Amino acid sequence: MVIAMASLAENQGKTQSLRDKAWAVAAKVVDPEIPVLTLEDLGVLRDVRVADDGAIEVDITPTYVGCPAMGIFTMDLETELAKAGFDNVRVKTVLSPAWTTDWISAKAREKLREYGIAPPEGKASRRALFGDETVTCPRCGSENTEKISEFGSTACKALWKCRDCAEPFDYFKCI
Amino acid sequence: MKDLLFAYILRLADDAAILGQRLGEWCGHAPTLEEDIGLANVALDHIGQARALYSYAGEVEGKGRDEDQLCFLRKEREFSNCLLVEQPNGDFAETIARQFFFSAFMLPFWEKMKASKDETLAAIAAKAEKEAAYHLRHSAEWVIRLGDGTEESRERMQDAIELLWPFTGELFEADDTVKVLVAEGVAVDPASIRDEWRETVGKVFGQATLEMPEEGWAQTGGRSGMHTEHFGHLLTEMQYMQRAYPGLKW
Repeated sequence: MVIAMASLAENQGKTQSLRDKAWAVAAKVVDPEIPVLTLEDLGVLRDVRVADDGAIEVDITPTYVGCPAMGIFTMDLETELAKAGFDNVRVKTVLSPAWTTDWISAKAREKLREYGIAPPEGKASRRALFGDETVTCPRCGSENTEKISEFGSTACKALWKCRDCAEPFDYFKCI
Repeated sequence: MKDLLFAYILRLADDAAILGQRLGEWCGHAPTLEEDIGLANVALDHIGQARALYSYAGEVEGKGRDEDQLCFLRKEREFSNCLLVEQPNGDFAETIARQFFFSAFMLPFWEKMKASKDETLAAIAAKAEKEAAYHLRHSAEWVIRLGDGTEESRERMQDAIELLWPFTGELFEADDTVKVLVAEGVAVDPASIRDEWRETVGKVFGQATLEMPEEGWAQTGGRSGMHTEHFGHLLTEMQYMQRAYPGLKW
Protein backbone atom coordinates (compact mmCIF):
# COMPACT_ATOMS: atom_id res chain seq x y z
CA MET A 1 0.00 0.00 0.00
CA VAL A 2 2.77 2.36 0.98
CA ILE A 3 4.62 1.44 -2.19
CA ALA A 4 1.47 1.96 -4.27
CA MET A 5 0.98 5.42 -2.72
CA ALA A 6 4.57 6.34 -3.38
CA SER A 7 4.36 5.30 -7.01
CA LEU A 8 1.08 7.17 -7.42
CA ALA A 9 2.74 10.32 -6.08
CA GLU A 10 5.68 9.75 -8.38
CA ASN A 11 3.33 9.35 -11.34
CA GLN A 12 1.49 12.53 -10.46
CA GLY A 13 4.80 14.33 -10.24
CA LYS A 14 5.77 13.04 -13.70
CA THR A 15 2.43 14.05 -15.16
CA GLN A 16 2.80 17.50 -13.65
CA SER A 17 6.27 18.01 -15.07
CA LEU A 18 5.17 16.72 -18.49
CA ARG A 19 2.26 19.11 -18.38
CA ASP A 20 4.51 22.03 -17.38
CA LYS A 21 6.93 21.21 -20.16
CA ALA A 22 4.11 21.02 -22.73
CA TRP A 23 2.63 24.29 -21.47
CA ALA A 24 5.99 26.02 -21.83
CA VAL A 25 6.21 24.86 -25.47
CA ALA A 26 2.60 25.78 -26.29
CA ALA A 27 2.93 29.15 -24.58
CA LYS A 28 5.70 30.18 -27.00
CA VAL A 29 3.63 29.68 -30.17
CA VAL A 30 2.90 33.08 -31.71
CA ASP A 31 -0.08 34.52 -33.55
CA PRO A 32 0.86 34.41 -37.26
CA GLU A 33 -0.86 37.78 -37.86
CA ILE A 34 0.69 39.49 -34.82
CA PRO A 35 4.00 37.68 -34.35
CA VAL A 36 4.97 39.77 -31.30
CA LEU A 37 2.23 38.10 -29.27
CA THR A 38 2.11 34.50 -28.11
CA LEU A 39 -1.07 32.50 -27.70
CA GLU A 40 -0.52 32.84 -23.96
CA ASP A 41 -0.22 36.67 -24.20
CA LEU A 42 -3.49 36.78 -26.13
CA GLY A 43 -5.34 34.55 -23.71
CA VAL A 44 -6.08 32.16 -26.58
CA LEU A 45 -4.24 29.29 -24.85
CA ARG A 46 -6.69 28.09 -22.18
CA ASP A 47 -5.41 24.78 -20.88
CA VAL A 48 -2.81 22.06 -21.36
CA ARG A 49 -3.45 18.61 -19.88
CA VAL A 50 -1.98 15.13 -19.92
CA ALA A 51 -4.84 12.79 -20.89
CA ASP A 52 -5.24 9.26 -19.50
CA ASP A 53 -3.80 7.79 -22.68
CA GLY A 54 -0.69 9.96 -22.27
CA ALA A 55 -1.63 12.40 -25.04
CA ILE A 56 -1.16 16.11 -24.55
CA GLU A 57 -4.47 17.94 -24.82
CA VAL A 58 -4.36 21.64 -25.58
CA ASP A 59 -7.44 23.89 -25.34
CA ILE A 60 -7.52 27.05 -27.40
CA THR A 61 -10.33 29.56 -27.84
CA PRO A 62 -10.98 31.76 -30.88
CA THR A 63 -10.99 35.53 -30.61
CA TYR A 64 -13.79 35.62 -33.20
CA VAL A 65 -15.67 32.42 -34.14
CA GLY A 66 -14.62 32.73 -37.77
CA CYS A 67 -10.98 33.52 -36.99
CA PRO A 68 -9.07 31.83 -39.83
CA ALA A 69 -5.90 31.71 -37.72
CA MET A 70 -7.33 28.88 -35.61
CA GLY A 71 -6.20 26.31 -38.18
CA ILE A 72 -2.69 27.77 -38.17
CA PHE A 73 -2.62 27.85 -34.34
CA THR A 74 -3.49 24.15 -34.31
CA MET A 75 -0.84 23.27 -36.88
CA ASP A 76 1.83 25.36 -35.14
CA LEU A 77 1.00 23.87 -31.74
CA GLU A 78 1.23 20.34 -33.14
CA THR A 79 4.51 21.13 -34.89
CA GLU A 80 6.17 22.80 -31.89
CA LEU A 81 5.02 20.11 -29.47
CA ALA A 82 6.23 17.39 -31.86
CA LYS A 83 9.65 19.08 -32.02
CA ALA A 84 9.75 18.96 -28.21
CA GLY A 85 9.07 15.22 -28.31
CA PHE A 86 5.31 15.16 -27.83
CA ASP A 87 4.04 12.93 -30.61
CA ASN A 88 0.51 12.44 -29.42
CA VAL A 89 -1.17 15.85 -29.30
CA ARG A 90 -4.83 16.79 -29.49
CA VAL A 91 -5.71 20.46 -29.95
CA LYS A 92 -9.30 21.30 -29.06
CA THR A 93 -11.30 24.46 -29.64
CA VAL A 94 -13.39 25.63 -26.72
CA LEU A 95 -15.93 28.48 -27.00
CA SER A 96 -16.82 29.03 -23.36
CA PRO A 97 -16.03 31.24 -21.57
CA ALA A 98 -16.06 33.61 -24.53
CA TRP A 99 -12.73 35.26 -25.24
CA THR A 100 -12.46 38.91 -24.31
CA THR A 101 -9.78 41.52 -24.88
CA ASP A 102 -9.63 41.80 -21.06
CA TRP A 103 -7.48 38.65 -21.16
CA ILE A 104 -4.69 40.41 -23.03
CA SER A 105 -2.07 41.12 -20.38
CA ALA A 106 -0.63 44.57 -19.67
CA LYS A 107 2.76 43.39 -20.96
CA ALA A 108 1.14 42.14 -24.15
CA ARG A 109 -0.65 45.48 -24.64
CA GLU A 110 2.70 47.24 -24.47
CA LYS A 111 4.14 44.80 -27.04
CA LEU A 112 1.19 45.55 -29.33
CA ARG A 113 1.76 49.28 -29.07
CA GLU A 114 5.47 48.92 -29.85
CA TYR A 115 4.55 46.81 -32.85
CA GLY A 116 2.34 49.65 -34.17
CA ILE A 117 -1.07 48.28 -33.21
CA ALA A 118 -3.13 50.34 -30.76
CA PRO A 119 -4.17 47.99 -27.92
CA PRO A 120 -7.84 47.73 -26.88
CA GLU A 121 -8.85 50.67 -24.70
CA GLY A 122 -10.55 50.05 -21.38
CA LYS A 123 -12.72 47.15 -20.38
CA ALA A 124 -14.91 45.13 -22.68
CA SER A 125 -18.65 45.58 -22.35
CA ARG A 126 -21.60 45.77 -24.66
CA ARG A 127 -21.42 49.41 -25.61
CA ALA A 128 -24.10 51.82 -26.69
CA LEU A 129 -25.00 51.66 -30.37
CA PHE A 130 -22.64 54.50 -31.17
CA GLY A 131 -19.97 54.52 -28.51
CA ASP A 132 -17.44 57.32 -28.39
CA GLU A 133 -14.00 55.84 -28.33
CA THR A 134 -10.71 57.56 -27.78
CA VAL A 135 -7.93 55.58 -29.35
CA THR A 136 -4.33 56.65 -28.84
CA CYS A 137 -1.99 56.65 -31.83
CA PRO A 138 0.59 53.91 -31.21
CA ARG A 139 3.25 55.93 -33.06
CA CYS A 140 3.08 59.47 -31.67
CA GLY A 141 0.78 59.04 -28.65
CA SER A 142 -1.76 61.60 -29.85
CA GLU A 143 -5.41 61.15 -28.95
CA ASN A 144 -6.43 63.19 -31.97
CA THR A 145 -7.35 60.15 -34.05
CA GLU A 146 -10.24 59.04 -36.24
CA LYS A 147 -11.78 55.75 -37.24
CA ILE A 148 -11.49 54.98 -40.94
CA SER A 149 -13.22 51.63 -40.88
CA GLU A 150 -14.80 49.37 -38.28
CA PHE A 151 -13.01 46.46 -39.92
CA GLY A 152 -9.28 46.22 -40.51
CA SER A 153 -6.76 43.70 -41.78
CA THR A 154 -8.09 40.91 -39.56
CA ALA A 155 -11.37 40.22 -37.77
CA CYS A 156 -9.96 41.45 -34.47
CA LYS A 157 -8.77 44.84 -35.72
CA ALA A 158 -10.25 48.15 -36.92
CA LEU A 159 -8.53 50.73 -39.10
CA TRP A 160 -7.76 54.16 -37.59
CA LYS A 161 -5.77 57.19 -38.59
CA CYS A 162 -3.84 59.75 -36.56
CA ARG A 163 -4.77 63.37 -37.37
CA ASP A 164 -1.49 64.62 -35.91
CA CYS A 165 1.19 62.39 -37.42
CA ALA A 166 -1.12 61.35 -40.31
CA GLU A 167 -0.21 57.66 -39.95
CA PRO A 168 -2.93 55.07 -40.44
CA PHE A 169 -2.82 52.30 -37.84
CA ASP A 170 -4.56 49.13 -36.73
CA TYR A 171 -6.60 49.18 -33.54
CA PHE A 172 -7.20 45.94 -31.66
CA LYS A 173 -10.97 46.04 -31.17
CA CYS A 174 -12.28 45.87 -27.65
CA ILE A 175 -14.70 42.96 -27.25
CA MET B 1 -37.02 16.60 -28.69
CA LYS B 2 -33.69 15.86 -30.36
CA ASP B 3 -35.31 16.38 -33.77
CA LEU B 4 -36.67 19.76 -32.72
CA LEU B 5 -33.32 20.87 -31.36
CA PHE B 6 -31.60 19.74 -34.55
CA ALA B 7 -34.11 21.68 -36.66
CA TYR B 8 -33.68 24.77 -34.51
CA ILE B 9 -29.88 24.81 -34.60
CA LEU B 10 -30.03 24.24 -38.33
CA ARG B 11 -32.13 27.40 -38.82
CA LEU B 12 -29.63 29.51 -36.97
CA ALA B 13 -26.79 27.90 -38.93
CA ASP B 14 -28.60 28.43 -42.25
CA ASP B 15 -29.29 32.11 -41.47
CA ALA B 16 -25.62 32.68 -40.72
CA ALA B 17 -24.26 30.65 -43.63
CA ILE B 18 -26.52 32.18 -46.27
CA LEU B 19 -25.94 35.75 -45.14
CA GLY B 20 -22.21 35.01 -45.02
CA GLN B 21 -22.37 33.70 -48.59
CA ARG B 22 -24.28 36.77 -49.80
CA LEU B 23 -21.82 39.17 -48.16
CA GLY B 24 -18.93 37.19 -49.57
CA GLU B 25 -20.23 38.00 -53.07
CA TRP B 26 -19.13 41.59 -52.43
CA CYS B 27 -15.51 40.57 -52.03
CA GLY B 28 -13.58 42.51 -54.66
CA HIS B 29 -16.67 44.50 -55.73
CA ALA B 30 -17.53 46.81 -52.82
CA PRO B 31 -17.73 50.60 -53.41
CA THR B 32 -14.54 51.32 -51.45
CA LEU B 33 -11.59 49.26 -50.27
CA GLU B 34 -12.53 49.76 -46.60
CA GLU B 35 -16.04 48.48 -47.24
CA ASP B 36 -14.71 45.56 -49.24
CA ILE B 37 -12.69 44.52 -46.20
CA GLY B 38 -15.56 45.39 -43.87
CA LEU B 39 -18.18 43.28 -45.67
CA ALA B 40 -15.75 40.38 -45.97
CA ASN B 41 -15.10 40.60 -42.23
CA VAL B 42 -18.81 40.52 -41.44
CA ALA B 43 -19.15 37.56 -43.83
CA LEU B 44 -16.33 35.81 -41.99
CA ASP B 45 -18.06 36.28 -38.64
CA HIS B 46 -21.27 34.80 -40.03
CA ILE B 47 -19.45 31.87 -41.60
CA GLY B 48 -17.64 31.26 -38.31
CA GLN B 49 -20.98 31.21 -36.48
CA ALA B 50 -22.40 28.88 -39.13
CA ARG B 51 -19.49 26.45 -38.76
CA ALA B 52 -19.93 26.22 -34.99
CA LEU B 53 -23.69 25.79 -35.38
CA TYR B 54 -23.54 23.21 -38.20
CA SER B 55 -20.96 21.17 -36.30
CA TYR B 56 -23.19 21.20 -33.24
CA ALA B 57 -26.29 20.35 -35.32
CA GLY B 58 -24.41 17.36 -36.73
CA GLU B 59 -23.56 16.17 -33.21
CA VAL B 60 -27.15 16.52 -32.07
CA GLU B 61 -28.42 14.67 -35.12
CA GLY B 62 -25.96 11.85 -34.45
CA LYS B 63 -25.86 10.51 -38.00
CA GLY B 64 -22.29 11.44 -38.69
CA ARG B 65 -23.02 14.50 -40.85
CA ASP B 66 -20.40 17.19 -40.46
CA GLU B 67 -20.51 20.95 -41.12
CA ASP B 68 -19.66 20.55 -44.81
CA GLN B 69 -22.31 17.94 -45.46
CA LEU B 70 -24.97 20.03 -43.75
CA CYS B 71 -24.04 23.21 -45.57
CA PHE B 72 -23.12 21.93 -49.01
CA LEU B 73 -25.13 18.76 -49.56
CA ARG B 74 -28.66 19.69 -48.54
CA LYS B 75 -31.20 20.75 -51.14
CA GLU B 76 -33.09 24.02 -51.42
CA ARG B 77 -36.23 22.82 -49.66
CA GLU B 78 -34.16 21.43 -46.78
CA PHE B 79 -32.75 24.86 -45.93
CA SER B 80 -34.65 26.72 -43.24
CA ASN B 81 -33.03 30.17 -43.29
CA CYS B 82 -35.29 33.21 -43.19
CA LEU B 83 -36.05 34.83 -46.54
CA LEU B 84 -34.37 38.11 -45.60
CA VAL B 85 -30.83 36.72 -45.65
CA GLU B 86 -31.15 35.13 -49.09
CA GLN B 87 -32.25 38.35 -50.81
CA PRO B 88 -29.77 39.49 -53.46
CA ASN B 89 -27.14 42.09 -52.63
CA GLY B 90 -28.77 44.65 -54.93
CA ASP B 91 -27.05 47.99 -54.62
CA PHE B 92 -25.02 48.86 -51.54
CA ALA B 93 -28.11 50.32 -49.81
CA GLU B 94 -29.97 47.00 -50.12
CA THR B 95 -27.03 45.10 -48.65
CA ILE B 96 -26.86 47.57 -45.78
CA ALA B 97 -30.63 47.49 -45.13
CA ARG B 98 -30.59 43.67 -45.08
CA GLN B 99 -27.67 43.65 -42.63
CA PHE B 100 -29.19 46.34 -40.43
CA PHE B 101 -32.58 44.59 -40.11
CA PHE B 102 -30.89 41.28 -39.38
CA SER B 103 -28.25 42.55 -36.93
CA ALA B 104 -30.79 44.68 -35.03
CA PHE B 105 -32.60 41.38 -34.42
CA MET B 106 -29.58 39.16 -33.78
CA LEU B 107 -27.89 41.35 -31.16
CA PRO B 108 -30.73 41.03 -28.60
CA PHE B 109 -31.34 37.46 -29.82
CA TRP B 110 -27.82 36.28 -28.95
CA GLU B 111 -27.89 38.28 -25.75
CA LYS B 112 -30.94 36.29 -24.62
CA MET B 113 -29.56 33.02 -25.97
CA LYS B 114 -26.65 33.32 -23.54
CA ALA B 115 -29.14 32.24 -20.85
CA SER B 116 -30.21 29.12 -22.79
CA LYS B 117 -30.25 25.83 -20.91
CA ASP B 118 -28.38 24.39 -23.87
CA GLU B 119 -24.75 25.02 -22.93
CA THR B 120 -23.37 24.86 -26.45
CA LEU B 121 -25.91 27.34 -27.81
CA ALA B 122 -25.19 29.62 -24.84
CA ALA B 123 -21.44 29.42 -25.54
CA ILE B 124 -21.88 30.20 -29.25
CA ALA B 125 -24.22 33.07 -28.29
CA ALA B 126 -21.63 34.64 -26.01
CA LYS B 127 -19.24 34.89 -28.95
CA ALA B 128 -21.80 35.83 -31.59
CA GLU B 129 -23.26 38.62 -29.46
CA LYS B 130 -20.00 40.55 -29.50
CA GLU B 131 -19.79 40.18 -33.27
CA ALA B 132 -23.43 41.19 -33.80
CA ALA B 133 -22.79 44.41 -31.86
CA TYR B 134 -20.17 45.38 -34.44
CA HIS B 135 -22.38 44.39 -37.37
CA LEU B 136 -25.22 46.49 -36.02
CA ARG B 137 -23.06 49.53 -35.44
CA HIS B 138 -21.44 49.27 -38.86
CA SER B 139 -24.72 48.88 -40.74
CA ALA B 140 -26.56 51.50 -38.64
CA GLU B 141 -23.84 54.06 -39.37
CA TRP B 142 -24.30 53.43 -43.08
CA VAL B 143 -28.08 53.70 -42.86
CA ILE B 144 -27.62 57.14 -41.32
CA ARG B 145 -24.86 58.20 -43.70
CA LEU B 146 -26.89 57.25 -46.76
CA GLY B 147 -30.30 58.32 -45.42
CA ASP B 148 -29.03 61.68 -44.26
CA GLY B 149 -26.78 62.03 -47.30
CA THR B 150 -27.53 63.22 -50.81
CA GLU B 151 -30.91 63.17 -52.49
CA GLU B 152 -29.93 60.08 -54.42
CA SER B 153 -28.44 58.15 -51.47
CA ARG B 154 -31.54 58.91 -49.41
CA GLU B 155 -33.85 57.73 -52.15
CA ARG B 156 -31.90 54.52 -52.63
CA MET B 157 -31.79 53.83 -48.90
CA GLN B 158 -35.53 54.40 -48.58
CA ASP B 159 -36.20 52.13 -51.59
CA ALA B 160 -34.06 49.39 -50.05
CA ILE B 161 -36.01 49.63 -46.80
CA GLU B 162 -39.36 49.40 -48.59
CA LEU B 163 -38.12 46.47 -50.65
CA LEU B 164 -36.89 44.39 -47.71
CA TRP B 165 -39.44 45.42 -45.08
CA PRO B 166 -41.93 42.61 -45.94
CA PHE B 167 -39.20 40.06 -45.09
CA THR B 168 -38.62 41.38 -41.56
CA GLY B 169 -41.87 39.95 -40.14
CA GLU B 170 -40.52 36.41 -40.51
CA LEU B 171 -37.81 37.12 -37.93
CA PHE B 172 -40.53 37.23 -35.26
CA GLU B 173 -42.37 34.13 -36.38
CA ALA B 174 -42.60 31.29 -33.85
CA ASP B 175 -43.77 27.90 -35.09
CA ASP B 176 -44.21 24.77 -32.95
CA THR B 177 -40.49 24.01 -32.98
CA VAL B 178 -39.71 27.39 -31.47
CA LYS B 179 -42.62 27.29 -29.00
CA VAL B 180 -41.65 23.89 -27.58
CA LEU B 181 -38.00 24.87 -27.25
CA VAL B 182 -38.88 28.22 -25.67
CA ALA B 183 -40.94 26.36 -23.07
CA GLU B 184 -37.91 24.12 -22.43
CA GLY B 185 -35.69 27.17 -21.83
CA VAL B 186 -33.55 26.32 -24.85
CA ALA B 187 -34.75 28.73 -27.54
CA VAL B 188 -35.32 32.47 -27.56
CA ASP B 189 -38.90 33.69 -27.96
CA PRO B 190 -38.64 36.03 -30.95
CA ALA B 191 -41.70 37.99 -29.80
CA SER B 192 -39.67 39.13 -26.78
CA ILE B 193 -37.30 40.96 -29.12
CA ARG B 194 -39.87 42.82 -31.16
CA ASP B 195 -40.03 45.98 -29.05
CA GLU B 196 -36.25 46.36 -28.87
CA TRP B 197 -35.95 45.75 -32.61
CA ARG B 198 -38.56 48.39 -33.43
CA GLU B 199 -36.91 50.84 -31.07
CA THR B 200 -33.47 50.36 -32.63
CA VAL B 201 -34.82 50.60 -36.16
CA GLY B 202 -36.97 53.63 -35.32
CA LYS B 203 -34.12 55.45 -33.63
CA VAL B 204 -31.71 54.91 -36.51
CA PHE B 205 -34.31 55.80 -39.16
CA GLY B 206 -35.05 58.98 -37.20
CA GLN B 207 -31.41 60.01 -37.28
CA ALA B 208 -31.24 59.02 -40.93
CA THR B 209 -34.37 61.06 -41.80
CA LEU B 210 -35.89 57.90 -43.26
CA GLU B 211 -39.51 56.80 -43.07
CA MET B 212 -40.41 53.70 -41.12
CA PRO B 213 -42.80 51.63 -43.26
CA GLU B 214 -46.21 50.64 -41.94
CA GLU B 215 -46.63 47.21 -40.44
CA GLY B 216 -48.23 45.12 -43.12
CA TRP B 217 -47.84 42.03 -45.21
CA ALA B 218 -45.07 39.76 -44.00
CA GLN B 219 -43.69 37.32 -46.53
CA THR B 220 -42.71 34.12 -44.75
CA GLY B 221 -41.95 30.50 -45.64
CA GLY B 222 -38.19 30.18 -45.29
CA ARG B 223 -38.38 28.26 -42.02
CA SER B 224 -40.38 25.53 -43.74
CA GLY B 225 -38.18 25.47 -46.83
CA MET B 226 -40.31 27.65 -49.12
CA HIS B 227 -37.74 30.06 -50.50
CA THR B 228 -37.72 32.95 -52.94
CA GLU B 229 -36.51 32.29 -56.46
CA HIS B 230 -33.11 33.83 -55.71
CA PHE B 231 -32.20 31.05 -53.32
CA GLY B 232 -31.64 28.22 -55.77
CA HIS B 233 -29.19 30.37 -57.71
CA LEU B 234 -27.28 31.10 -54.53
CA LEU B 235 -27.02 27.40 -53.68
CA THR B 236 -25.88 26.57 -57.20
CA GLU B 237 -22.81 28.68 -56.69
CA MET B 238 -22.25 27.96 -53.01
CA GLN B 239 -22.50 24.18 -53.36
CA TYR B 240 -20.71 23.80 -56.67
CA MET B 241 -17.44 22.39 -55.31
CA GLN B 242 -19.00 19.73 -53.09
CA ARG B 243 -21.42 18.73 -55.87
CA ALA B 244 -18.69 18.51 -58.48
CA TYR B 245 -16.14 16.83 -56.21
CA PRO B 246 -18.09 15.01 -53.46
CA GLY B 247 -16.21 14.74 -50.20
CA LEU B 248 -13.68 17.38 -51.21
CA LYS B 249 -11.52 18.60 -48.32
CA TRP B 250 -9.12 21.53 -48.21
